[in-house]
Amino acid sequence: MRLLTHNMLSSNIKGVINGFPLRIEAERVVVKQVDFNPDFLKNMFSKIDWKALADASKIMGYAELPDEVPDPSVLDSDEFLRKFHHALLELHLEEGALVCPETGRRFPVNKGIPNMLLHEDEV
Amino acid sequence: MKLKQLESLLGNLQQFDNPKIELEQYPTGAHIASRMLYTAENSFGDVSDKVVADFGCGCGTLGLAATLLDADHVIGLDVDDESLEIASSNAEDLEVEMDLIQCEIKNLRWQGQIVDTVVMNPPFGTRNKGVDMEFLSVALKVASQAVYSLHKTTTREHIKRAALRDYNASSAEVICELRYDLPKLYKFHKKKDVDIAVDLWRFVPKPKHESSS
Repeated sequence: MRLLTHNMLSSNIKGVINGFPLRIEAERVVVKQVDFNPDFLKNMFSKIDWKALADASKIMGYAELPDEVPDPSVLDSDEFLRKFHHALLELHLEEGALVCPETGRRFPVNKGIPNMLLHEDEV
Repeated sequence: MKLKQLESLLGNLQQFDNPKIELEQYPTGAHIASRMLYTAENSFGDVSDKVVADFGCGCGTLGLAATLLDADHVIGLDVDDESLEIASSNAEDLEVEMDLIQCEIKNLRWQGQIVDTVVMNPPFGTRNKGVDMEFLSVALKVASQAVYSLHKTTTREHIKRAALRDYNASSAEVICELRYDLPKLYKFHKKKDVDIAVDLWRFVPKPKHESSS
């Protein structure tokens, strides 16, 4: 699972109000290179939750993103876009878990696939 | 990529080993899948450079078709872990990236407006009544640009009314009518092949103002 997917997933347990972002427990992270597309990144920049991405990439072992939302002028910098690209699209959580920030419930991630299925009493 | 080339790549994908009747697991044939995604891209520009989600992805055919047509990020969602494993190995065979999530579509909760397009071949709802409408309802909440879906032609009026009245669609159009050629997968299929008329729909969601869905 890439961090762009993590950036939209929210804890879906019944009753949970602040289910985003899910905390990452990273046991195994893999890096897979993909094509660099600056226009896509510029479009995503305004849509994603920056803090969630920066925190997640740090936990995944990549600490090159600023903690606070950068000024949109950074989108002119190729160096910045390449870091953003790497964090958003090339880091994969292969083994570990996603943890609901409100209840602490763990959603396991095996072979890169998070299991978000709920128990009967969580629906 | 040409349509024929797309169809032939999809034709090589591995399909369900043991289809589960309770989940209405029918493979999306390469013929239908290639036409669906090819139309989405070439007539409407809803695939390349977009974020695409495949609801009830099964072995991943529609989502993988989106990656082959240069979607920038594709997410396949399914309740069944065996299907997701097949989808994952299909992605590896094609050397493309597709994120996979195991979840029930009706329980999905997504943040923000990151997904542009949803593509899906939902269960027809013959076994589990109403599940097709659940998929449609969630898809129209998640997508910001368009939803492509297959539904039985017999349900056309019902789908159109529900999409416009209940699920926040600003438009609901049948793009083409297809024959869904079901190979004999289950024992209760008496004839060798079952040919069902299905509609390929394109729904456009109304613009959303809230920040979360």
